Amino acid sequence: MALDDISNLEKKSVEYRRRILKCIKKANTGHTAGSLSCVDILNVLYNRIMNVSPENFRESDRDRYIQSKGHSVEALFVVLSDRGFFPESDLDTFSKFQSHYVGHPTRKVNGIEHNTGALGHGLSVSAGIALAGKMDGADYNVYTLLGDGELAEGSNWEAFMTASHYNLDNLLAIVDYNKLQITGPVQEVYNLEPFRDRMESFGWEVREVDGHNLAEMEKVFSRIPFNKEKPNLVIAHTIKGKGVSFMEDNYKWHHKVPNDKEYDQALNELVL
Amino acid sequence: MLIEEKANQNVFSESLIGLAENDPEVIVATSDSRGSGKLIPFAETYPKQIVEVGIAEQNLVGISAGLASAGKKVFVVSPSCFLTARSLEQVKNDVAYSDHPVKLVGISAGVSYGALGSTHHSIHDLAVLRAINNLTIIVPADNFETREAVKYAYRSKEPVYIRLGKKPMYTLHSEHSRFEIGKAITVKKGNDLAFIATGETVYRAYQAAQLLNQEGIHARVISMHTIKPLDKEAIVKAAKECSSIITVEEHFVHGGLGEACAGCLMEAGYSISFKIAGIPDEYTVTGSQDEILSNYGISGEGLRDMAKKY
Ligand SMILES: Cc1ncc(C[n+]2csc(CCOP(=O)(O)OP(=O)(O)O)c2C)c(N)n1
Ligand SMILES: [Mg+2]
Repeated sequence: MALDDISNLEKKSVEYRRRILKCIKKANTGHTAGSLSCVDILNVLYNRIMNVSPENFRESDRDRYIQSKGHSVEALFVVLSDRGFFPESDLDTFSKFQSHYVGHPTRKVNGIEHNTGALGHGLSVSAGIALAGKMDGADYNVYTLLGDGELAEGSNWEAFMTASHYNLDNLLAIVDYNKLQITGPVQEVYNLEPFRDRMESFGWEVREVDGHNLAEMEKVFSRIPFNKEKPNLVIAHTIKGKGVSFMEDNYKWHHKVPNDKEYDQALNELVL
Repeated sequence: MLIEEKANQNVFSESLIGLAENDPEVIVATSDSRGSGKLIPFAETYPKQIVEVGIAEQNLVGISAGLASAGKKVFVVSPSCFLTARSLEQVKNDVAYSDHPVKLVGISAGVSYGALGSTHHSIHDLAVLRAINNLTIIVPADNFETREAVKYAYRSKEPVYIRLGKKPMYTLHSEHSRFEIGKAITVKKGNDLAFIATGETVYRAYQAAQLLNQEGIHARVISMHTIKPLDKEAIVKAAKECSSIITVEEHFVHGGLGEACAGCLMEAGYSISFKIAGIPDEYTVTGSQDEILSNYGISGEGLRDMAKKY
């Protein structure tokens, strides 16, 4: 990708982060740090990788995106509105009475493939769609985003096995590997390591990326299948709260809303 | 006027600290849920008495059944939406059927999580848990009932489910009130109609009764804190003495308190003007807990208007 393309994408990431905070501040609720953690991944997927748009969203050959870590819905809403699925002003109703823009993705919102919010569901559903793609000889891919805390749910490991059993090389699972969950560091809550080895032993082809490096992610995501007949996993090393100094790597920002002063400071930091 | 008090969840976690102080067998089990469960002070005071399993609610209930079978007094604390849906098979087989005295505590119950949406609502729990043998179901209305429920669960040799919300409540009882499992408490006397309510809707029914009072209508308000075993006597008595009954619950209209009361009355041979106030069988309206409940008439005004129709 040309350099100016990447700087355009980088501009988007800054703008997305500002909009995420605006949305959360206005509603006075939201999952702040997890959205800032994954928004660069969404930026690359929606603007560079996936064949999905408001125009083809009803077509059966579109690429599918399922956000298993549904709580980071603000990032998804902001990116979807930027891609033209709905007007940005819709987000003024986020979490308000009778609004479909609730705190987790629902199919009432244009562009959302599947309702999530209870962790540990998205990967099974994604594997199901990928399996149907194989049955139909379709050439779409399925992309899903998981949290690292979320991986404690046993259902993920069942789906990991199904995906390799059926050779779902049209499935890319990306783990937002920010090493934090609500209670604190993932590694203090439960033992996920050695994660990469575990995934390889489950029959997945694994890559690791810097989850805030847009060019690197584009390069890696665009190369699936990494290895024919194997499902694809990317461990995206991220920083929870990325972009706002006092939120970065601080688990207390999981679902904290910035006060007025913090909000102003955050916006001051989020400039090009 | 009702006096605001703490959220029942806070009272629950304070009570636990009291219990753990005198009993090292008291264990709290959590699934990345100690913050929502207000259990951080507990974890800091008794770090050896908290078991964390990560975001794995099925595992959470299974582990707790094991701990309980080995003599631990385990309080499992997780959002009720996950605890009673995802872990339902563990609750049914490993806790109730295998008869291990686990104390299941569903937090942020009903529509406490409001605008987080339906994945986070727990309006099915009474229906599914009522259909499981060997499980006492308690839905406290205020801080007093919560304290009593925790005391009961601590002593109980049988599985118990306690359903708690996260909003501050209002004092409905005095410290002299008597709390007994399976015995409803009359919060307000009256013979024109009866509200039979449970949990965090009891104060809403009470507010409706106060509004009706101003119009010369005297409503009885019953706190049905135990959903199983149900206080059939109190229900039949209300049917005998009042001309209509409205049941009120922060739950789906199917399978909860309302249908339990209706079944009890039919079997006892009573036919009476009867209405179930709850969340109807539709895509649940979105909004805060208060907006959702009010939308379905579960507010002082809404229940007053309902009462005038029935
Ligand atoms: C089944 C289920 N259990 C619990 C929760 C509550 N919850 C929401 S987010 C979260 C922590 C998620 O941590 P992680 O997966 O690491 O996400 P991230 O750090 O990217 O925000 C928890 C416990 C949930 N949404 N679903
Ligand atoms: Mg994480």
